[in-house]
Amino acid sequence: MADKIFAILEQREGSLKKVSFEVASVAINLANQLELQAEAVVVGNEINNLNDLSKYGISKLTHLKSELLANYSPSAYAEAIASFAKESGAKILIFPNTAMGVDLAPRVAVKLDAGIVMDCMKLEVKDSEVIATRPVYAGKALIDVKLNSDVKIFTIRPNVFKPQPVDSASLQTEIKQVENPDLKTKVTAFKKSEGKLDVAEADIIVSGGRGMKGPENFHLIEELAEALGAAVGASRAVVDAGWRPHREQVGQTGKTVSPSLYIACGISGAIQHLAGMSSSKYIVAINKDKDAPIFSVADYGIAGDVFEILPALTEEIKKLKS
Amino acid sequence: MKIAVCISQVPDTATRIKIGSDHKSIDPNGVTYIINPYDEFAIEEALKTKEKIGGDSLVYVISVGDDSVKETLRKALAMGADEAVLLKSSSVKDSIGIARALSEEIKSLGCELVFCGKQSVDFDSGITGQLIAEMLGYNCVSVVVDFKLDGKKITAEREIEGGREVVETELPAVITAQKGLNEPRYASLKGIMAAKKKTIAEKPAVDLTGYTEILDMHLPQSKQPGRILGTDKSAVPELVRLLREEAKVI
Repeated sequence: MADKIFAILEQREGSLKKVSFEVASVAINLANQLELQAEAVVVGNEINNLNDLSKYGISKLTHLKSELLANYSPSAYAEAIASFAKESGAKILIFPNTAMGVDLAPRVAVKLDAGIVMDCMKLEVKDSEVIATRPVYAGKALIDVKLNSDVKIFTIRPNVFKPQPVDSASLQTEIKQVENPDLKTKVTAFKKSEGKLDVAEADIIVSGGRGMKGPENFHLIEELAEALGAAVGASRAVVDAGWRPHREQVGQTGKTVSPSLYIACGISGAIQHLAGMSSSKYIVAINKDKDAPIFSVADYGIAGDVFEILPALTEEIKKLKS
Repeated sequence: MKIAVCISQVPDTATRIKIGSDHKSIDPNGVTYIINPYDEFAIEEALKTKEKIGGDSLVYVISVGDDSVKETLRKALAMGADEAVLLKSSSVKDSIGIARALSEEIKSLGCELVFCGKQSVDFDSGITGQLIAEMLGYNCVSVVVDFKLDGKKITAEREIEGGREVVETELPAVITAQKGLNEPRYASLKGIMAAKKKTIAEKPAVDLTGYTEILDMHLPQSKQPGRILGTDKSAVPELVRLLREEAKVI
């Protein structure tokens, strides 16, 4: 039988996250090129949307299950995945490059003596080898790398690999009970932040910088974000000034993002900021300084006053959506 | 208690990256190196923890690199670290190789608590702390914005998408620091003077061979500057039309 490639899915609060389908599609795609067999693996307790996976062509899913594993536990999840991968002889494991994936994948790598490449934006097969492309220096440069280990782990950046639905597929789910999970480290609570959407996950981001002139004006950013169903982002300058929380910071010491649409408002475009967002598919810049560096990466720009343009843009989007 | 802080030296975040002639690394000419920004939070948390538990606690800063890293280690000493260790290596290395060298040193020093920055802003993998923990069989909480130690018990909050997870574990442990964990202190003049007199222990790093082979380093495709649609709100309808019909993103 062909060697296996595992798509490690992510669930939170009993639902598979969208990035799980991206991971599944990447695994299928690599499996086809490398003549491996793609299977999905998920750790958790009750999970309500496992059947959605069948749309993406994965034919087998193993659910490593225990009621003690409803919440994330780094020690227990890593142990469960690593021992199942060993027993199945998995050669490649794909994780999402999410908070959970970044925490979990390296632990599994050590347990499997695997090489690991994080935050891949492209995975290609050349001469039966996987060549991964990933950003370094916050996206100021890219590297192509390969792994020389027997078992290989790659984590993929969310929102970059689009899940590809297939026509006909049937999904066989196998439940494996996890006995005595190692709960030395465990999550005991989740504190939801006030913001609705996280910049790392959002498909559209509306970001504000110094040009917003003060925290009291960020309602203009929030209103546009709400109209678009977008997340609110911020430049380092406004986070350091205490106007916005660090979790919203986009850039080299914040989050590196690749949404479909990034709208930069009153952001001049320091090199650290550009590094964090220039891989967005479309960039809109609104800034009154027409020479601001942000315009050099923007697809569309309005070189005008954010306080005039933002309300008009929000209005126009609302009209469109109603 | 012995506390270790693993630090690294990175190009200043304002650096414009140029690709080196080997096409596998950056051109170091004109690059200013700084302490990795997240490592400053790690050092601060180690010092705060030492101050809190008192006794004969010691903070060791450890780094893997060449002689140029001594400057960064001295900065950590000036902030208040007690001892510094440089694991000497000039070869290209991956996270697994670096983590192996660091974990060997942590083991031989006998540190029960280890702080790292949550990622190093050069290769940005964000995994060294977790790798060290796993290699040593320590517990680990990554991307920490709140840390409490009570005896052996650790309660930490880590940042995840859309909120924070409260994580419980116990020593021995590795904690990786995220911005927001604390406000790193400035080195005092007295600290700077004292750091100058301290000796940095130097040892060869253990085998750094990892599994990663860099085939090529290149710059991202530069974007063509786009269109300026106008200078006031009269440009808004055209912007919305383009986003809808040309970009198809709304």
